[in-house]
Amino acid sequence: MGDYAYAAPASVDSTIELLSSNADSGTRTQVLAGGTDVLVQMRSNDRGPRLIVDIKQLAETNVLTIGEDEIYIGAAIASAILNENAELKSKLPGLIESADLIGSTQIQGRATIGGNLCNSSPAGDTIPALIANSAVCHIVGADGERNVPVEDFVTGVGTNCMAPHEFLLGLRVPAPKGNTGDAYLRFIPRTEMDIAVAGAGVRLTLDDNGTCTAARVGIGAVAPTPLLVPDAADALVGTQVDVDALDAAAAACSAAASPITDKRGTVEYRIKVVGVLCKRAGEIARDRAKAS
Amino acid sequence: MAKVHISTTVNGQPMDVLVEPNDSLLDTLRDGLGLTGTKEGCATGDCGACSVMLDGRLVCSCLVLGAEAEGKTIDTIEGVADGDGLHVIQQKFLEHAALQCGICTPGFIVAAKALLEKNPNPDETTIRYWLAGNLCRCTGYDKIVRAVQDAADELASPA
Repeated sequence: MGDYAYAAPASVDSTIELLSSNADSGTRTQVLAGGTDVLVQMRSNDRGPRLIVDIKQLAETNVLTIGEDEIYIGAAIASAILNENAELKSKLPGLIESADLIGSTQIQGRATIGGNLCNSSPAGDTIPALIANSAVCHIVGADGERNVPVEDFVTGVGTNCMAPHEFLLGLRVPAPKGNTGDAYLRFIPRTEMDIAVAGAGVRLTLDDNGTCTAARVGIGAVAPTPLLVPDAADALVGTQVDVDALDAAAAACSAAASPITDKRGTVEYRIKVVGVLCKRAGEIARDRAKAS
Repeated sequence: MAKVHISTTVNGQPMDVLVEPNDSLLDTLRDGLGLTGTKEGCATGDCGACSVMLDGRLVCSCLVLGAEAEGKTIDTIEGVADGDGLHVIQQKFLEHAALQCGICTPGFIVAAKALLEKNPNPDETTIRYWLAGNLCRCTGYDKIVRAVQDAADELASPA
């Protein structure tokens, strides 16, 4: 298997130093959070030796704060811990559901939203929900820190915008302030534990008359990267989020999709289904906004 | 390859072991510590045969590195029985014939114990969803679900 090595640095600075010196020397580095994708990849299609840098021991990657303006979710927090947090679940039910959809009880005990994002699969379930929630990636590296909107993070199938000396510390999500709801739905052929054929996340805010004042729509598994769909959001803003508006948003999602045909679904099917999912997620988000 | 020295607690016993950096916790338990009760099924986190408790949380030991066990508390199937006395869940698996070949059984028992410690009175749907990450190709699951329900009843009101 070649020369593998393992390190669990004690601080963010020493993690960055390690990543930087490895990048300079051409040593391959693998940042490890929950490991539910990484360990499988290491044993199947990508066995090359590397230094595994475990970021779970850092206090900063385990921070969970629910502030007035911002909810901060550390990159290494296991999905099960997020799901057990009633306050977080009540504020971002759609995002937490998107994480909870991934894998079994055992997987939930390890898998992280940060890892799901950094794995950068087109079908990563949390990514459309993060996009809908205007989440921002808090990235640290040798050049300091930077904040990248989630819709700009994934650059291709399995690739993202981070340099070898950088890693994801956490995610900043704008806290919902009343009359706001989010939802994520995906389609899989089984009842659970499968990879999305298509997925759609919606977050919207209503005024006191039920008119939509702000909306964000993210879609997944229907393009090389998860996508923000501004046209779908535009179709909802200014409406009562009624059937006509939701149909228009669904059509915008279908128009934005450029999927492939594979064993999970055809191009035509995915284009159709992503619209249906947007419509249904929009209904849930609307009802949650009214109840919030 | 530089081995990593790990100090960990397994079934209440402090243990020291040398692991390869890319060894899984499953490798460490079976090959390093000789605790072969935990089984390897798929090695990709799909089947749950390698389920163990890591700091009180149910995980697949094939998806954890041995090196990650440093300073952690691990509980395996070997720690479920009290000496020669079977745990109620183990006893109920026998009574309900909730196993045939037995490869999945340690994982099911560890997972079921984790469920009943979190939720002592789960309904059938909760049991089935909680155990959905444990695959059994012999029983068809009904006997396993009944064994867990029976164990929950007995733990709630010991005979």
